[in-house]
Amino acid sequence: MTLPLSDVPLEVHDMSVAYHQKPVLYGIDLAVPAGNLIGIVGPNGAGKSTFIKAIMGLLPLSSGWVKVFGKPYAENCRRVGYVPQRESVDWDFPVNVMDVVLMGRYGRLRLGQRPSRQDHDVARECLEKVHMLPYAKRQIGNLSGGQQQRVFLARALAQESDLYLMDEPFVGVDAATESAIITLLRELKTRGKTVLVVHHDLSSARDYFDMLMLLNMRLVAFGPTPEVFTSEMLQTTYGGRLTILSEVVETLGGGTK
Amino acid sequence: MKARHPALLLLAAILLPQFAYAARISELTETGLAERAVRFFTLQDPSLRFALVGSILLGISCGLMGAFLVVRKLALMSDALSHAVLPGVALGFLWNMTKDPVAIFIGATVAGLLGAGLVQAIRNTTRQKEDAALGFVLASFFAVGVCLVTMIQNLPGGNKSGLDKFMFGQAAALGPGDVMLLGGVTILAVVIVLAFYKEFLVTSFDAAFAISVGIPARVFHYVLMVLLAFAIVSSLQAVGVVLVSAMLVIPAAAAYLLTDRLGMMLVLSAIFGVTTGAVGAFFSYVGRNLPTGPLMVLAATAVFLAALLLGPRHGVLSRWWRHRSRSARIGRENMLKVMYHVLEEEGFRGETVPLRDLAEARREAIEDVQVEMRSLRSHGLVTISGDGQAAVFTPDGWKRACEIVRNHRLWELYLTHAANYALDHVHEDADKIEHILGEDTVRLLEKRLNYAHRDPHGKLIPGLADIHSGGPARIHPAT
Repeated sequence: MTLPLSDVPLEVHDMSVAYHQKPVLYGIDLAVPAGNLIGIVGPNGAGKSTFIKAIMGLLPLSSGWVKVFGKPYAENCRRVGYVPQRESVDWDFPVNVMDVVLMGRYGRLRLGQRPSRQDHDVARECLEKVHMLPYAKRQIGNLSGGQQQRVFLARALAQESDLYLMDEPFVGVDAATESAIITLLRELKTRGKTVLVVHHDLSSARDYFDMLMLLNMRLVAFGPTPEVFTSEMLQTTYGGRLTILSEVVETLGGGTK
Repeated sequence: MKARHPALLLLAAILLPQFAYAARISELTETGLAERAVRFFTLQDPSLRFALVGSILLGISCGLMGAFLVVRKLALMSDALSHAVLPGVALGFLWNMTKDPVAIFIGATVAGLLGAGLVQAIRNTTRQKEDAALGFVLASFFAVGVCLVTMIQNLPGGNKSGLDKFMFGQAAALGPGDVMLLGGVTILAVVIVLAFYKEFLVTSFDAAFAISVGIPARVFHYVLMVLLAFAIVSSLQAVGVVLVSAMLVIPAAAAYLLTDRLGMMLVLSAIFGVTTGAVGAFFSYVGRNLPTGPLMVLAATAVFLAALLLGPRHGVLSRWWRHRSRSARIGRENMLKVMYHVLEEEGFRGETVPLRDLAEARREAIEDVQVEMRSLRSHGLVTISGDGQAAVFTPDGWKRACEIVRNHRLWELYLTHAANYALDHVHEDADKIEHILGEDTVRLLEKRLNYAHRDPHGKLIPGLADIHSGGPARIHPAT
């Protein structure tokens, strides 16, 4: 790396993650350059969501370390914005759209401190950016799937972060929302932000992202989309060869790392 | 919860004989109902003052904690916790063989948290799921507790221990120590919830996101569990082990029916808790020999049913009313549409519509048409001519009729042109859609259809000029 370490949005070294002693991710090494739109692609169960969650410390690492802008995640969590999977929350929860977007400001507030007028202004601007301002007072259950996703996106925008981690933001949304999201992601990129997006649709992955991270329990490839999006690489990611690895892992059980 | 029934049966068999005596709220047994009600409201008995203040305080703390339980889907947790505290109550009593509130509070809290921890441990280390773990812990702790309480009752002097009142609650047995404890717990709960409202909100809604922004969700979960244990334990004397979870869940569930904001839900839940606490204390005082816990729970259930029936948005009555008024509106609009068709048949030469023609067009008796016309008239949509045999549009009625016909024909056109429906499939669909198309959608449709003038059957689509013309006489001739 020629850049100073604090300028690398995300550096992952030898990351391994296990669920109930069963390894899900193996020795991931990665340094993400700033200002890119990066797709995380791989088959079901490849550990895409696990990777994102492990970066933020939502899941414990069984080995390795993560640095965000040169520091451990906890020290720089304010510079990271997160969009969880839409099904991860209860949409009948008694909050309205504005309440949810304001949560994006919570990371900047002290314990027990309430959001200020400026925080409300930022939240409103972010809602406007995803064209959801007219819905600010709606209970979140009374929204379509695409609208719910845009609320989550507005919450992440309200975090005003430099690195964004998004877990399947394109799942279950209408075409209009999908194009609105991709426009927004490109705008983030032009403002120098780095965005990692877990994505399951190969056909659109090539158009949407400048860099791809092919993942299947281990890092298969990481690089500019034209270099990585080759039939050979995809074969390695999705094809049969890796089922042997996963079978070995099954039999190993807790024996690794 | 199935696991509770055997424990309950056992409990009933052991305790019910003594219960009829023990559950009396006051020793004054010879006064009449009205006199007791007066005594209640004038707060003459000091024991009554403690009972009432205690019930109100427990209403607040249970209401607040209950709201978080309901939105975090932990309602069963309160059931398990409240049953798990019983052995702790008995051990607290055995500490120095008196009903010392502090000893019992400590014993019960420890037992409750032990139970909660055990649930967590079973869930994390075995393949048992949370509901099975809850059921198991609830029943076994409760069984131990019932055995211990019965043993204490059988000790010399043990039948005066008052421990039996922990089963179904006896607000009149609250002493100054109990009320101080309730006051402390309630103040603690209110202060912590107010101070960390933001943190409790985000960790309840989206714990992963909370952690990602550096809010320790796990810590707040445990804080909530400890506060919950405090609320349960301090309420035991008044509500009883068996039903205290209902005082947590029911006021909160009622509040959930009435609001879409957590803050308001907390306020409503506390208000409902206070109300049901006070009402339970009142009836327990007025109706002799009645335990407080069940009365409070019945009062809470009444509040819940009221919210279920009368809630402005999710209430059964308001939903029924909205449905009813919508069908009535659709009925009126259908009649306007038929009037329009009758005039259209005549080429809009006249303005009056004979009711006979309407009855014929709708294949209805003329009397039915008259009834519906009166409804239209009361809504200012038509006037009825002197002999009662013909109707004339008011400008409002004409406008609405044009809109409905326009919506119908636009939708038919849209379905046949843009969605490739067959011509004979579109009419029924349009009959439904015409009543709910908003003006914005109509503008979109018109644009999409290049401002077409005729529907797929060749009939003229009313335009803006017709709608605002005030009446059929000024409509352009159908060409």
